[in-house]
Amino acid sequence: MSETILQVQQVSRNFGNFKALHNISVDFSAHQLTAIIGPNGAGKSTFFNTLSGALAPSSGNILFEGQDITGLKQHAYARRGIAKSFQITNVFQQLSVHENVRVATQMAVARFDIFTPRSRLQVAIDEADALLERVGLLALRNRTVGDLAHGQQRALEIAMALAAKPKLLLMDEPTAGMSPEETSDMMALIAALAKERTVILVEHKMKLVMGLCDRLIVLHHGELLAQGTPEAIRNNDEVRRVYLGQG
Amino acid sequence: MNLQSIFNAIARHRVAAVLLLLLVFPLLMPYEALAANILIFGLFAVGFNLVFGYTGLLSFGHASFLGVGSYLTGIAMVHFGLHWLPALGVGVLAALAAGLVVGYLAIRTRGIYFSMVTLALGQIIYYVFYKSERWTGGENGLRGIQATPLDVGPLHLDFLNPTTKYYVIWLFVALALWLVSRLLASPFGAVIEAIRENEKRAAACGYDVAKSKLLIFVISAGICGLAGGLRALHLSVVPVDSLHYLQSGQAVMMCLLGGMGTFFGPFVGAAVFLYLEDLVTNLTKYWMAVVGLLFMGLVLFFPRGIWGTLVHLLKRHAASAGEHAP
Repeated sequence: MSETILQVQQVSRNFGNFKALHNISVDFSAHQLTAIIGPNGAGKSTFFNTLSGALAPSSGNILFEGQDITGLKQHAYARRGIAKSFQITNVFQQLSVHENVRVATQMAVARFDIFTPRSRLQVAIDEADALLERVGLLALRNRTVGDLAHGQQRALEIAMALAAKPKLLLMDEPTAGMSPEETSDMMALIAALAKERTVILVEHKMKLVMGLCDRLIVLHHGELLAQGTPEAIRNNDEVRRVYLGQG
Repeated sequence: MNLQSIFNAIARHRVAAVLLLLLVFPLLMPYEALAANILIFGLFAVGFNLVFGYTGLLSFGHASFLGVGSYLTGIAMVHFGLHWLPALGVGVLAALAAGLVVGYLAIRTRGIYFSMVTLALGQIIYYVFYKSERWTGGENGLRGIQATPLDVGPLHLDFLNPTTKYYVIWLFVALALWLVSRLLASPFGAVIEAIRENEKRAAACGYDVAKSKLLIFVISAGICGLAGGLRALHLSVVPVDSLHYLQSGQAVMMCLLGGMGTFFGPFVGAAVFLYLEDLVTNLTKYWMAVVGLLFMGLVLFFPRGIWGTLVHLLKRHAASAGEHAP
């Protein structure tokens, strides 16, 4: 068993009286691709937002590399090496493709420098180009993001998430709204990324992740229903009942 | 394209271009006081634009920083007998401090709430100065600001000579514009634009959004404070309405007229606004109605503003000519 990178300890999250997440404890192993699945309303997005620091849990703790990161600000997550891509594309619409990634790579070298010309930060510029090449957008580097197709914007978002050289990459429904070709490109990219770092993704379409991930976590009504290898999940009666039975 | 290459050269050396224009500017204006006024309000609008156009925060309290800069420069001279040069420093420091307090309280809110909090805090500052009659002259404004001449080598800088006054103000505006230009080209300049475009993503990239907003707010306040201090020297008085929210609204108008989020835009806006004010007040006392109509027309039909539209047209022209700007 490889080491644990992220530990979720008895995490709950309430919205008023509604218990979106109830007492979830789960460990994520380093260098694995884990998918979080569940039917609509299972609490996947809430769980994702809790893991990525967008929402603080109502109770319970989250440990990253053994350190408690519960309730830290969003930017502190990024600096510790946790990056995320959003379900709804979140990029800098009016900036160029290259500038989007360059802003992200710049974070490691300059955050409050108000005097050095940024054209002199060659490292950030080169890294941004390398990332664009990786996700297949280098040819579009000077275009305004608003002009890109949806799938291209998703790829851009992943380049931005990778800019901080994250140890843990969190992805919220990375293939949402994509065409079949875009989806298969994205799945190939995710598989390649997962070879280099820990990836946790939330996915609604269970079939997509079955062949891709090392481990599955199934949520249902805000609770942890099952976890295990794709094989074990496929044969789990309860999962079949609540999820697979629906098609 | 020829026009394009000229435009590119201006864009590359934007500060030099503005300063060159401003150097001969008094010759183009009906009188020097108007030219100096445009310099001062141009700087005020540029400072405001850092927060409004570049960071995407609509502050309705920026008159506070203009006013605090004016008053504290004036108070340092009138009540403490300071020379105008250090007094200007006092004004800028006071504006920075005011920016820190207002910014600290306001950046916790977003959107319309941010605008309302800055408006409310601005009006509180207005009333504090309005009521502190002993120090500020209250309703009558602070009077009796007299700048003693300064000798720099062979230069004798006497504010009684309007041309000298213009060029001294020009020097400070030049320095401030250069600093703003450096800031906009810096890594931090990219961070504030990223925050304007998408705050969530900027935070996910690892940028401390609250701290970045506060920093740009304070810098913006300092620039506006410098404009205020220069205005006190220019007018020899500080009118109490320089702190009023109507003055904050004017900064918004100037930015929108010229083009928010562009370097030149606010300056162009300030120049057009003040020139029209000067021109139309001679014809009718309802000059605000005329400017108001022009303003509405521009916002409706040229939402990028005068300078912003020009930049946009030239860029489109370049794109259709097949030239690809890097």
